[in-house]
Amino acid sequence: MIDVKTITKRYNGTVVVDGVSLSLPAGGVISLIGPNGAGKSTLLSIVSRLLPMTSGTVEIDGLDVTTTPGEVLARRLSILRQDNQIMSRLTVEDLVAFGRYPHSKGRLTDDDRGHIRNALRYLDLEPLAGRFLDELSGGQRQRAFIAMVLCQDTEYILLDEPLNNLDVKHAVAMMKLFRRTADEFGKTIVLVLHDINFASCYSDRIVAMRDGRVVHQGPPEVIITPDVIRDVYGVEAQVMENGGQRIALYYQ
Amino acid sequence: MPADRRILSPMVVLGGLSALTLLSIALFMTLGARGKWDFILAFRGTKIAAMVLVGYAIAVSTVLFQTITNNRILTPSVMGFDHLYRLIQTGLVFQFGSGLVATLDPRLRFGVEVASMVVFSGLLYWWLFNGAGRGDNRRSLHLLLLVGIVFGVLFRSVTNFLQRIIDPNAFLTVQDRLFANFNRVDVELLTVSALVVLAVSLAGWRWRRTFDVLALGRDAAVNLGVEHRRAVMTVLVMVSILVSVSTALVGPVTFFGLLVANLAYLVIRSHRHALILPAAVLIAVLTLVAGQLVLERVFGYNAALSIVIEFVGGLAFLFILVRGSAR
Repeated sequence: MIDVKTITKRYNGTVVVDGVSLSLPAGGVISLIGPNGAGKSTLLSIVSRLLPMTSGTVEIDGLDVTTTPGEVLARRLSILRQDNQIMSRLTVEDLVAFGRYPHSKGRLTDDDRGHIRNALRYLDLEPLAGRFLDELSGGQRQRAFIAMVLCQDTEYILLDEPLNNLDVKHAVAMMKLFRRTADEFGKTIVLVLHDINFASCYSDRIVAMRDGRVVHQGPPEVIITPDVIRDVYGVEAQVMENGGQRIALYYQ
Repeated sequence: MPADRRILSPMVVLGGLSALTLLSIALFMTLGARGKWDFILAFRGTKIAAMVLVGYAIAVSTVLFQTITNNRILTPSVMGFDHLYRLIQTGLVFQFGSGLVATLDPRLRFGVEVASMVVFSGLLYWWLFNGAGRGDNRRSLHLLLLVGIVFGVLFRSVTNFLQRIIDPNAFLTVQDRLFANFNRVDVELLTVSALVVLAVSLAGWRWRRTFDVLALGRDAAVNLGVEHRRAVMTVLVMVSILVSVSTALVGPVTFFGLLVANLAYLVIRSHRHALILPAAVLIAVLTLVAGQLVLERVFGYNAALSIVIEFVGGLAFLFILVRGSAR
């Protein structure tokens, strides 16, 4: 369980996250949605200890993220931010292998190699395994980073806009993969998403943020409604039912 | 692995570099030798030892510094580390007088200088890279570059100023220490330096896989469980010690580290420090020994090696800077 208690983040007087408390049970896919500047990415970074909070606490299964040793947390929680620039000359396989670092500290065992192979296969990266990252397209690179995080094989997987740079086919495949990882392996996947329809179709739970606060949360049926979308984004939307899934139309 | 055929494997590159380095050392020891061998070998051996040590210290410190700062333009010397060491050397004479400093055991003196260097550079660059209370806003590379160059000039100017106002005897002591080069190396200092470098290397070798992770950037390193703050601090201490060694032996060389580190990245197509570090060291030693050899045998000591290296290194620096900003 991820337990966020009254987190506040302030930059030079500007409040980005404003006293957020949130309790996310283990297992399932959870999407964070909200307009630009709502504090979603900041909250995700604080939960994953990449950013210090101004006040409040975060506990992952009872482990306080600010005091628990990094290597302990790294076996329980993984995070992928947006914009990953890497200076080293890495092949896709090298990058994915780094996902095993928390477990084997760089000395790969057979078990590690198995995880690396699986991650490459799940993300359709086998043909690219030997290619250098700077020779790949944005979408291929994004998939390589996600493979690294999945290879880390943690209970909690936090991803900031994982669908960035992905075409429709790979975006759908990625969401299906997250769904499968949650269902088959019992992982907890927390995503920051901009596409509310992807959030609607694949999440167990949606958390909507605006102005640094959590304004709504619940299953897709509760969140994907014209009223909530108007409140969160300030746009008028129509919501259609399609085979049990709720699709919001907000294009006009 | 379907590796590109034009690219040699890292082990082949390392083997080739080692062979070339050994060859240049052998030539340096034997070429144009007239007179007693025991004198020649001892005389030239000292020079070789100094060059190996300096090349090693500069190469390793530069690669590690670039690993923790995640860039390929900043180096300890571009950021003014070696001028800081000069300032500390001069400052000690200024503060305690030439009499005390000159009579002090050179090993103790070196120890004091290195210790102050570690403390000052640690504080200064920790502050710089962690944004002086600006939270997580990363500083732009170009801002850091500018700050580093300004620091370098500041340290050098203060050093010059101190040298002007100390008494002439003290000035002689300082000058004697500051104008070191490969032809006049203090053997005692050499031994101490070698031991220090060895200690740093043994510690560093155990961290080699952590260096690989640090090179991925802060976020990825934290995600993979590296205690980033502590790791960066440890590397900064190592870099400060290595820079002290090279500066104490031959003085500041601004662009040499940049040159050898980038050549190493170029020939070693891998992210592993276990390969990059040896390559950088070999390239550094090879450049110094072969350069000095050509200088002594071909030009008859008529040019300074540092000028040639700084010229080529400076060009490389501009090239990397322009290419980097165009991308």
